[in-house]
Amino acid sequence: MRRLTRDRLVSILLILPSVLCILIFVYGFIGFTVFSSLTKWNDLVPDFTPVGFTNYERLFENQRFQIDLSNTVTFTVLFLIATLVLGFVLAVLLDQRIKAEGLFRSIYLFPMAISFIVTGVVWRWLLAPGTEATGAAGVNLLLENLGLGFLKSGWYTDPDIGIKAVVIAATWQMAGYTMALYLAGLRAIPDELREAARVDGASEIQIYRHILIPLLQPITLSAIIILGHISLKIFDLVVAMTGPGTGFSTDVPALFMFDTTFRGNRFAQGSSIAVVLLLMVAVLVVPYLIYNARREVER
Amino acid sequence: MTAQTTRRPFRWSRLLIYATLILAAIFFLLPVYVLVITGFKSFEEVSLATMWNPPTSLSFASFQKAWSGSEAEGFRGLAGNFLNSVYLAVPATLLSAILGSINGYILSKWKFRGADTLFSLMLFGMFIPYQSVLIPLVQVLQQLTKITGPLVESIASIPVTPALSGLPGWLAGFVPAYGTLGGLILVHVIYGIPITTLIFRNYYTAVPTELVEAAKIDGASLLGIYRWVLFPISMPGFVVVLIWQFTSIWNDFLFGVIVTSRPSVQPVTVALNNLAGSYIVEWNVQMAGAFITALPTLLVYILLGRFFMRGLLAGSLKG
Repeated sequence: MRRLTRDRLVSILLILPSVLCILIFVYGFIGFTVFSSLTKWNDLVPDFTPVGFTNYERLFENQRFQIDLSNTVTFTVLFLIATLVLGFVLAVLLDQRIKAEGLFRSIYLFPMAISFIVTGVVWRWLLAPGTEATGAAGVNLLLENLGLGFLKSGWYTDPDIGIKAVVIAATWQMAGYTMALYLAGLRAIPDELREAARVDGASEIQIYRHILIPLLQPITLSAIIILGHISLKIFDLVVAMTGPGTGFSTDVPALFMFDTTFRGNRFAQGSSIAVVLLLMVAVLVVPYLIYNARREVER
Repeated sequence: MTAQTTRRPFRWSRLLIYATLILAAIFFLLPVYVLVITGFKSFEEVSLATMWNPPTSLSFASFQKAWSGSEAEGFRGLAGNFLNSVYLAVPATLLSAILGSINGYILSKWKFRGADTLFSLMLFGMFIPYQSVLIPLVQVLQQLTKITGPLVESIASIPVTPALSGLPGWLAGFVPAYGTLGGLILVHVIYGIPITTLIFRNYYTAVPTELVEAAKIDGASLLGIYRWVLFPISMPGFVVVLIWQFTSIWNDFLFGVIVTSRPSVQPVTVALNNLAGSYIVEWNVQMAGAFITALPTLLVYILLGRFFMRGLLAGSLKG
């Protein structure tokens, strides 16, 4: 009996450093950020005079932030649709007893191993529309060579397109992830289920619509949460690819926060952006974490 | 029942499937193609107007320039920063793996009351936008520097023979402080706790509890069970975590740019972003720099892709 209690003590001592780190560096720091967002600290010298929600009021009146929010919505919706559809289609196709399946899979997935900064630098040059002096460049040049010149575009340099061009690069990087998730899901569904449906006379399309897609719903949910939260806090890719863009057409809250805080030294204002960003992510992630914890208990 | 016809659709639809798959493969490989051919072109041959044409001769000039920089044009190469990333990613990865393994062991085999709630609270740290912790993080690291700063100085000024002149400064860089690699290692280890704990907890949960119970009855202690029962079968878990952490730490930009402000200390992603943001650096040199930055994690992916996949799927929480 004494031995067990000693083990209990050791177990607590071993996990304590990690628990304290998370407590301080995650929850404590978030608390501090919330606190400083309610102060007057908009200069290099800390000034913790409370000002209520002034920073938030100013933030939501700020035109750049309004554009950022609308950009985030556009980006997230398009990015989710693109990665889910592309990932699903590729997974279904790869599930048709394909030769060289492993090779295709590796090709679709490798961008996941690369930094968003690398992706940003490369796609910046691929989607650079070219100038008067150079003529068409990058993807535009490719389209021209393929006789698809009418598809040429200013991409991210065109304020009307802006953030939508960044979606292309983000999809290139992350579509393989949904492919991998869906493929793992499809492989987990027993073959007997499909066989039974075929025996009952269901067509391949019906099998997908009525059996496989409903069974894949938990995976779709996971993918939406994971990709959604990446998309809400996207930063590196935008920094490397476009920056804030013409008229903030490619700007996002994470970048605005960075500029405000670390270039502008307006710490309280920056904190308020960070808090809004955190709330957006929390709304998406917290229910999912609770759902996951409950499901585990049931098992 | 002819299984043949139901399993294998008509030939033309097979053709369509392969065509789509190949088209998608081209989309994913297109940037790599441009990256590689641009890197291998000589400076005379590089131009935006011919960026899709293969090189007519082989040249490593762009790689050379991206790696070593150019004093005449006044920009740093990536070589030093590449090494910084190695010195950062290797120790940070090892430390997070050890920490994650111990946490996962306790949260799966020595559950106390509230352990699952605690775990969920830990996991939240994996999803937060790091912007929400950056301001206090910088403050805390600056406070830490007041304590560790003198240590950095004293290590850096240890007298050594000229042959080893770089050594004290290199060692001093590992002391955790604001602006040092040590500080950045600390940050990565702390914010790596959630994901590494998650992967190991899932891994150890799959290990039959009877094994642990049997060892307990034989009189083994908590650490003994870890050392003799779980650790020996932990290798696959370690490989997944090591690959995952190495990749995310190597690819990180935000912590790097916040914690290290001196160009000589910055990791390679930050240096690449500076290189790409500079108007004096030609685009082919930027492309070569991107290739150099991507190479280590790409190699890991090519050599150990199977484990990379597992980490990826583990990240989506499915236990």
